[in-house]
Amino acid sequence: MSLTNEIIKQRLQEKFGEQVSGFEEPYGMLTFEAPKDHNLKVLQFLFDDAELRFQFLTDLCAVHYPDQAGRELAVVYHLHNLIDNVRIRFKVFTDIASPDVYTATSLYSTANWMERETFDFYGVNFVGHPNLKRILNVDEMDYFPLRKEFPLEDQTRRDKDDEMFGRGGSIN
Amino acid sequence: MSELTHPHIKLPEGSIEKQTSTLNLGPTHPATHGVFQNILELDGERIVSAEQTVGYIHRAFEKLAERRPLYQITTLTDRLNYCSSPINNMGWHMTCEKLLKVKTPKRVDYLRIIIMELARVSDHLICNSIVGVDTGALSVFLYVMQYRELIYEIYEEICGSRLTTNIGRIGGFERNFNNTAFTKLEKFMAEYPKVLKEFETLLTRNRIFMERTIGAGPISAERALNYGFTGPNLRAAGVDYDVRVHSPYSSYEDFDFQIPIGKTGDCYDRFLVRNLEMWESLKIIDEAYKKVQEFKGAEAEVFHADIPEYYLPEKKDVYTKMEALIYHFKIVMGETEIPAGEVYHSVEGGNGELGFYLISDGGRTPYRLHFRRPCFIYYQAYSEITQGSMLSDAIVTLSSLNVIAGEMDA
Repeated sequence: MSLTNEIIKQRLQEKFGEQVSGFEEPYGMLTFEAPKDHNLKVLQFLFDDAELRFQFLTDLCAVHYPDQAGRELAVVYHLHNLIDNVRIRFKVFTDIASPDVYTATSLYSTANWMERETFDFYGVNFVGHPNLKRILNVDEMDYFPLRKEFPLEDQTRRDKDDEMFGRGGSIN
Repeated sequence: MSELTHPHIKLPEGSIEKQTSTLNLGPTHPATHGVFQNILELDGERIVSAEQTVGYIHRAFEKLAERRPLYQITTLTDRLNYCSSPINNMGWHMTCEKLLKVKTPKRVDYLRIIIMELARVSDHLICNSIVGVDTGALSVFLYVMQYRELIYEIYEEICGSRLTTNIGRIGGFERNFNNTAFTKLEKFMAEYPKVLKEFETLLTRNRIFMERTIGAGPISAERALNYGFTGPNLRAAGVDYDVRVHSPYSSYEDFDFQIPIGKTGDCYDRFLVRNLEMWESLKIIDEAYKKVQEFKGAEAEVFHADIPEYYLPEKKDVYTKMEALIYHFKIVMGETEIPAGEVYHSVEGGNGELGFYLISDGGRTPYRLHFRRPCFIYYQAYSEITQGSMLSDAIVTLSSLNVIAGEMDA
């Protein structure tokens, strides 16, 4: 019997009841969310359950929604069951003032750098991470550059006197 | 491991010197083949621990992508794994097509497969011949470079560029393949198998090569999965996971090919898996080319899907037709609204599963775009798999993992 989105949804609801919510299937991939202090329980259940077996963490990243008060940051896990070849997407939301989420490093060694990257760009504080420090940006950086309030360079700026890049100088 | 707890260097009692020595491998060391650093703690020539530092060429692609219309993001994907940029480009186009629910014509799919498999051959060829260089066999590398050149000439015929290709468009290709492209493909297909055979003869049963690579940097299947390994590195550890088979895209389901796997996950198995994959790729290219030739009449001229909102019209139409002019303007200025949605699409890149996680809120640019970069993910295992091995093994492991700095740092 192959594993379908319907079965996964049912198994999760049996186990966690009201705690798992927001079931959707955008482009065929089952997507759901849970409260942030339940993230490890859900991941552990998905990992251990003899039927579900989501033991491969494909991807982990964050998304910033500045307009959703109290749920500004989303941490998104893409999980893959390699035996039945099913992918799911699992989200936890956290407020930006105290962005503490439990780390998944005990379950997946691969979460180590993925979480460091997420911390680096969004400032999600992964509680219990063995080495939570910046990975791609410089250590001295004091902001989280992929958050929406961090602006990209204004393309019409004129203060940069740099002919090589086509700004200012004799070109204008 | 007992050697690790009992260092070879015995210093006098009370000495303030440490028992191990520190070696910086990188950021600009010839063995890294890119800009990243390994800080090795050595006990004699044996590695006690390794710490990686990455991010020297971080270019903020994910942030840049949030201000670019879809078609301008293709050039960013070029610069991920630049040894096989066409795969990245196609992966991105297919992600967009999935979001836009566009169905590409079969001929486009097959042409894409030809290009992607050529890119895979060139990627594996570089990686394997670099493993040769790092074990002291420079001549094979110089020899096979000629054949990568032939592949690059084929790209050049199709898109005009060689390394960072920006090949193809959302919905298909920028132009139909010309006859020169097919002639060059035929030339490559006629000459390359012989060269690959020679390449294998030079290295596969070469005693020096075998002794340098067998048992170097091994990883078990279980650890590899836990570390998120994908691509040839995972398959060398014995797991037959291949995105082309598990989630077929671009009509890979029409092709019959095998997934070569290894057993021990060491440098030698990774080398063998890549070589076998090149043979499979050649089979796929051959089959795809035959399928392309089977199209007759109008079908044989199809090279893109009919999506005027996203595919640039022909230039002569822009000057003569109102609609074409409007679409041309809207596309070039990035004024096309993208439907809202959330999509994950992955392709089998040169070194693993290259994924694109795209969220659109209905604006003109992605709301969020995340690249799943395979070598960023598996490179973190480096310190675990080299611990306790000799320095020379660590260097071979580095090149045989196929770590590309551009992809790692995004």
